[in-house]
Amino acid sequence: MSEMILDDQPQDDGTAVNQNPVERAAALLKERFPDAVTDDTRDGYTGLMVSADKLVEVATALRDDIGFDYLSSVTGVDQINDNKMEVVYHTYSIDQGGSGLVLHVQVDRDNPVLPSLTPIWPGADFQEREAWDLLGIHFDGHHDLRRILTWDGFAGHPLRKDWKEVFYEEDHKPFGSRWPGGEVFRAEEKTVYGKNVRYPEGWLPTGDEYDVETEMYTGITYTRDQQSGMKTDKLTVNMGPQHPSTHGVFRMVVTLDGETVIDLKPVMGYLHRNHEKIGERNTFIQNLPYTDRLDYLSSMSNNHGYVLAVEKLLGSTVPERAEWIRILMVELTRICNHMWALGFLLNDLGALQTPMLYFYLERELILDFFEEAAGSRMMCNYMRFGGVAYDLPDYVREQETISFLEELIYEHIPAVLDQGDGLMTNNEIVRARSIGVGILSREDAIAYSTAGPVLRASGAQYDVRRAEPYSYYESLDFDIPVRYNGDIYDRYLIRMDEMRQSLRILEQVLPHIKATKGAPIVDGKPQYAIRMPNAGESYGRVENPKGELGYYVTTRRRESNPDRYHVRAPSFINLTPLGKMCEGHKVADIVAILGSIDIVLGEVDR
Amino acid sequence: MYGLGILKGMAITMKHFVDSYLDDIFWAARGGRYYNDEALKVRQGLKGKGVKTVFYPEEKLSVPERFRFVPFLVTDDPPPGQKWGKDWCTSCGICAKVCPPQCIWIERGVQPNGRPKPEPNQFYIDIDICMNCGFCMEFCPFDAIKLDHDYELASYDRTTAHIHDKERLSKPLSYWREIAPKKAAAEAAIRDHVDELKAWKKANGRDADPSTAPKMTEENTKQLFYRGEYY
Repeated sequence: MSEMILDDQPQDDGTAVNQNPVERAAALLKERFPDAVTDDTRDGYTGLMVSADKLVEVATALRDDIGFDYLSSVTGVDQINDNKMEVVYHTYSIDQGGSGLVLHVQVDRDNPVLPSLTPIWPGADFQEREAWDLLGIHFDGHHDLRRILTWDGFAGHPLRKDWKEVFYEEDHKPFGSRWPGGEVFRAEEKTVYGKNVRYPEGWLPTGDEYDVETEMYTGITYTRDQQSGMKTDKLTVNMGPQHPSTHGVFRMVVTLDGETVIDLKPVMGYLHRNHEKIGERNTFIQNLPYTDRLDYLSSMSNNHGYVLAVEKLLGSTVPERAEWIRILMVELTRICNHMWALGFLLNDLGALQTPMLYFYLERELILDFFEEAAGSRMMCNYMRFGGVAYDLPDYVREQETISFLEELIYEHIPAVLDQGDGLMTNNEIVRARSIGVGILSREDAIAYSTAGPVLRASGAQYDVRRAEPYSYYESLDFDIPVRYNGDIYDRYLIRMDEMRQSLRILEQVLPHIKATKGAPIVDGKPQYAIRMPNAGESYGRVENPKGELGYYVTTRRRESNPDRYHVRAPSFINLTPLGKMCEGHKVADIVAILGSIDIVLGEVDR
Repeated sequence: MYGLGILKGMAITMKHFVDSYLDDIFWAARGGRYYNDEALKVRQGLKGKGVKTVFYPEEKLSVPERFRFVPFLVTDDPPPGQKWGKDWCTSCGICAKVCPPQCIWIERGVQPNGRPKPEPNQFYIDIDICMNCGFCMEFCPFDAIKLDHDYELASYDRTTAHIHDKERLSKPLSYWREIAPKKAAAEAAIRDHVDELKAWKKANGRDADPSTAPKMTEENTKQLFYRGEYY
């Protein structure tokens, strides 16, 4: 069985290694910047070490001359033992695909100043703000370096290793206070209001001393139009955080000229819980259920990315059946997620509730399957390092699992997609509202680091499943849909296409699921106390329904907790070009544009 | 024709609207479409047509065996006149260590001579913190902590009602058998097999040929899949 699959995979020969674009790019950079670029020689690390003062030149050369034109992820790391702050850049080539070139930049921890990469890649905007907010790394030349996830008056930078909250238990779980002989307490008894909050100097909750909002509105305040002709005023309006169209608690500060949007700034962080700090306290396995809660509509994909990253560090192998089950789950999740996204897009376009629920009927059946298999509809917590938690169930809703899946995949989902086509694709109102609205060009989509359907609707045929195949995607036959107009309508169509491609994948997966019945689903007995065999970094990325979801994990040798744990959240980064997409459109279009990006605030705010 | 797309969409909505009534007529002679267990099963399955509303709480969806919600502790079936039997928990603390949000507190029992006793004196779970991940169940080596199917835990006062103590958590084995028959049977088979192996080792000594050791029946091996584990 397994040989059949392995035969399909292309064999690596010597020439392929020589032509590896990452190695070639690294060699070119070292040749061009002999003083500034060196190999990262730390144990378990890959990529290049770049000196901060030459970073902009190196990045420009990388983008323009070497073809690594896509900055996927910017990660700040606190290397407290070396008294350094490190920023890790993951860059990829959209056209060539393949693995990425990782740049490490280290600066002094007491004075962490780096040049900003926003002039080269505007997509670094939010990510640099995040690194400033959570780690206090200053990016010189960033046009708008404000806090992004925590509130403006927050004291300190919480991801720094020496930052501790007021009610602080221990650096790592499991907390000794809980066992043995632990005394029961509710955390809030120890963290009453006023005790767990540190206000900055001179700040009062009444707000006069530290005006949060002025900073927000700088440059976009009320002004009177001096030009001749119709005298119009510019007006700043807050859409959200409590607004039904924002899909959660998300705020857009919109400057309007009449009905037309002049400027839009997203404000987020209302659901911020510092997922990454929690992740650094958790042991590796404890963090798994937390990843469910990032993008809570596609928890299976979130699990998948995380286990891939940790499996790279552990060096564990995954049995064949487990891989097929993973693909089955992940592709079903993609369909689930896109159904949700399109249902809500209709909702945002004014077709309230009714058509949305038609999509959900089928989604509900998929969730029934998840519930039977994993025990929970949405917080699946299904994957484990080296496999999956349980085998497929025998029955789903009192029907045999395989026949349930076959009926779902061959009949129900295609039927509901056709029905969706009938409802939306040729609907004149949908077309009038969405064609030519919220256009993002191919160049902008790449420069702004967008991923997933947003990127592909703008004409960049980039999908991690093909660019850097993981699991068995290499041996599966499917196409990467691409659309070229980059407007709302294309972002709608691309999701329809993707669901059909997912069905193609699922049709290929089902025979393997049948053939591997009874085979092992996990590599060895699951362990609760995992210690990493080696130090090092690892970046696991998967094509989440919303885009590229990456987990950056570093660890020290024999550690049970990650040293640094960072999530490259597609929803968060896809919001970077929102302002640009909305410019010049009407207020009502903002809602539809936001709906077409498809965000989940649990992942945006982390 | 302009407007055709809209009309087509309307037709789909109309079809869904009519479907519910047709289904209503179908079930009229079979005990009604609503408040009827048989109809509910069909309505929620792949063959369901029309409106799928579940009239909770009069109608409830059955939960699958693997459904996980807030842990409970397994005890022996109680002797007559008592509520619980002997605890299976040995207060080893693995569940408390693996628990991601750290919602489990265990107070280990003490023997009269001051040495630890392998059973919990007290066992608390703060269900406000519990995230229903199921790790405690997965890693408990004694099958002593299981995730419940009872999801109706609303209460008027969270400060007192949401920290479950041992009394609230303990449920007899028969309850576990009832909510998860396949899993319970598989676990029982594994336990029996381990006991059998122990007895065999004791009887034959260390140097015995392992190939003559008792094997699990094929039926039991199959059942292991419900645990997702291999022994």
